[in-house]
Amino acid sequence: MRPDPGPDTSVAIPEPGAAVLPAYVLRVPTGPYRALNPLTKFVIAIASAVVAFGVRGWTGPLSILVVTAAIALIAGVSRSLRRFVLATIPIVASILLVNAFLYPGATDVLFRVGPFAATGTGVTVALQAVLRVIAFALSVAVFSLTTATDDFLADLERRGTGRRLTFVIGSAIRTIPTMGSRAIEIVEAQRARGLDTEGSIRRRLRGIVPLAGPMVFGSLGEVEERTIALEARAFSAPVRRTAMRALPDSSTQRALRWVVGLGSLVLVAVSVAGRFPLP
Amino acid sequence: MSVATGTLRLSGATYRYAGARHDALTGVDLELAAGSVLGVVGPNEAGKSTLCLVAAGLAPVVVGGRLTGSVTIDGRETVGMRPHELAQRCGILFQDPQAQLSGTASTVFEELAFGPCNLGLPLGDVIDRVEASLATLGIAALADRDPARLSGGQAQLVALAAILALRPDFLVLDEPTSQLDPQGTRLVGEALRDLARESRTAILVVEHKTSLLDQLADRVVVIDHGRIVRAGPSAEVLGDPALVELGVEPPPRVRVRAALAGAGLRTPDEADQLLAEPAR
Repeated sequence: MRPDPGPDTSVAIPEPGAAVLPAYVLRVPTGPYRALNPLTKFVIAIASAVVAFGVRGWTGPLSILVVTAAIALIAGVSRSLRRFVLATIPIVASILLVNAFLYPGATDVLFRVGPFAATGTGVTVALQAVLRVIAFALSVAVFSLTTATDDFLADLERRGTGRRLTFVIGSAIRTIPTMGSRAIEIVEAQRARGLDTEGSIRRRLRGIVPLAGPMVFGSLGEVEERTIALEARAFSAPVRRTAMRALPDSSTQRALRWVVGLGSLVLVAVSVAGRFPLP
Repeated sequence: MSVATGTLRLSGATYRYAGARHDALTGVDLELAAGSVLGVVGPNEAGKSTLCLVAAGLAPVVVGGRLTGSVTIDGRETVGMRPHELAQRCGILFQDPQAQLSGTASTVFEELAFGPCNLGLPLGDVIDRVEASLATLGIAALADRDPARLSGGQAQLVALAAILALRPDFLVLDEPTSQLDPQGTRLVGEALRDLARESRTAILVVEHKTSLLDQLADRVVVIDHGRIVRAGPSAEVLGDPALVELGVEPPPRVRVRAALAGAGLRTPDEADQLLAEPAR
């Protein structure tokens, strides 16, 4: 049995070339943006979101859209962004409708639909909000398309984030597609037993209850099983966890993170204080 | 290949889950020596999965509940051991393979490396263990696959390989072939036999497929209502016609023998001889 060297839970970085991992595990990043440290890309994504939402007017979201589009081009992921933009359609539609027709206090009516009046102020606010949402979605999308989840988690762990917290973040990210396929399985099983989940909204709503029960209780049961299974795989061993891949970092990237992170906060502060009026 | 040593022993082990009104296991005595294979059969809700948790030390160390009697590995009480120590001595495979997978690995290779990485082993050792486990179960072709997109049978093999990568001295397997086809079942049976023979791994295996136990196990115990109601050499226990009354399907060898004898075509001894002939 291995000796217990104490409660050091940081990650051991392998010596370059010390052992041969298959290429599908090594996943050497290609291109200048993908090769950045995961934390650097994460800070850029967060800073983009902060600027998109925090800087007043059109400048914040538009500038982030331009920067994100440029990064996506450099990283070669611009085509994949389409599905992320499409995913924002429901929220974009609701923002447009609510603000255009129900913006409080606005009197500059553009047109009417029945008893509802669309106002110029409402439309302006709505379009700005839509740009912010899209800028946020794209910055997150570029991060997720250029960074492997386990690389990000390994880097967080190497920086001292607890193994348990890192695991929770990782499982949450990877559980989303699993939950989707489980929901489909449950709906199909319920349909096989005669439950009608198609047709009118009322029927569909009625179908949610028999779906939600198995989803929630199944997930809770799985959490318990998974906890036991993790312990059976030495998850709580108080040793330095072996990292499968070295994730390069540099003083330049560290400086970049500080500049981008602090810069975004300063921009927001200045914008909110009205010291730097922007269109 | 490292050679396992030691004994896993349950003496009068009685276990009750937290909040339960009744014991799930009562006065269980078992011994699992290096290189031996012990089969466990019994009807549903008999306590087989609980026996697995208790034998592997996870109950009560991780699961909670109350254990009386003793469960020891090489004379050391499992209740005094920490989960990661237990994981290195006694590997356990659960019924649901998907719940056993980490849920964070992108490839099967990394899934198998999860346990050894948790132990902080040098990367070279991790790779050796992963490759050996893949080879043992003949699943090297799955190495680059996403663990979340495996079939039930594939996930079961991967979950077993992930446990083998920890190289425990004892293996506790709760229905390791429940989702496997006949070929996969045969492969797992051969792999377990080789592990017991060559690396002297001691294996406790819960199985409904008594044909597998018939070929694999040295001894078999029958468990019912949390108690061991029958124990002995596998041929003797699995050949007992009363097994059916306990909800356990006897292996084909025994059923054919009984059918031949019942039809008056052969005496039981002649039937045994006839059934043994193809194997010669």
